[in-house]
Amino acid sequence: MSTITVRGTVVIDVEACKGCDLCIDACPPRVLEMTNHEVNTRGYRYPRLLAGCTGCQACAQICPDFVFQVYKYDTPQELPLGESSER
Amino acid sequence: MSNDQIFISTDTPPAEPAALVDDFTPTLITQANHHLCPGCGEPIAIRAAMEAIEELELARSTITVFGIGCYTAFAHNLDVEVVQALHGRAPSVATGIKRMLPDGFVMTVQGDGDMVNEGLQEVLHAAARGENITCLLLNNGVFGETGGQMTTTTTLGQRTKTSIEGRDPHQHGHPILLSDLAATMDGAAYVARCAVNNAGNVARTKRYITKAYESQMAGAGFSLVEILTMCPTGWFVDTLEGPDYLQDTLAPVHNIGELKTPLVQQ
Repeated sequence: MSTITVRGTVVIDVEACKGCDLCIDACPPRVLEMTNHEVNTRGYRYPRLLAGCTGCQACAQICPDFVFQVYKYDTPQELPLGESSER
Repeated sequence: MSNDQIFISTDTPPAEPAALVDDFTPTLITQANHHLCPGCGEPIAIRAAMEAIEELELARSTITVFGIGCYTAFAHNLDVEVVQALHGRAPSVATGIKRMLPDGFVMTVQGDGDMVNEGLQEVLHAAARGENITCLLLNNGVFGETGGQMTTTTTLGQRTKTSIEGRDPHQHGHPILLSDLAATMDGAAYVARCAVNNAGNVARTKRYITKAYESQMAGAGFSLVEILTMCPTGWFVDTLEGPDYLQDTLAPVHNIGELKTPLVQQ
């Protein structure tokens, strides 16, 4: 299994999310993915993070419900890639 | 497909050394939970406005005047003074406040139904008088709060609840491009139009809002920033299609960019 360099990460306030999908399209490395069946307490789908975040803050800027908190690692991390991400 | 993908835990801050580069909300938004629809562009625009106030350290002297619209409910989440004006009359209320408190920072937040339909004369007269206030226009081309009816900024051919076949110039008239109109006024110091349909435009929105605030603090005169916002509920489109719909429908008519910048000319 190969690895990918990860420069940042996000904390997602799942309960605040209204499932509008705006972050999915806004993410330049496209590492956010909406849940299919899991929903939060209010019944909305929410985003999940795959390996490859760059900490660019695009998701936090576009989010109307302020669910993202963005961190940038002091030193980039190496994380394993999921199988379906290896293309 | 998604079963074999590795998701990263996003419940807690990372254990490895990392710098916080973007928190959930700016400090001037006290409560993040609001009642606006999923995919709405107005919280994004108001967030940019609040961040700019914070960065220019204007929070203690700021008085905002809100018009009538969905965003009015958002006033409860803000940690700045808010005055509620009658429909469309926010620039006149702001005029009174600014004349009594010339050292204060006075801005209005209005929608297109509020500023362009109900209160067109208020904003144009304030611009012509050169009142030293900042107006923010959240323009989505529909009356979002009442369910998506046509406003004067609705573009030709745009389908709304009261123009089902698309806006027809013979029946409904042509759209009013407010920022272009305000930019012709001699009293207007800074006029710009931007959008919140992608991360780049959000950053540009914040830059324009900051310039408008700086122009007021310099006493240059009337400043207006028109922000094109998504309203998927009022447009009857998917939330995911909202940004593209804005780009295809509103943005070609309401051109994005700075329309008047006296600070550059000086």
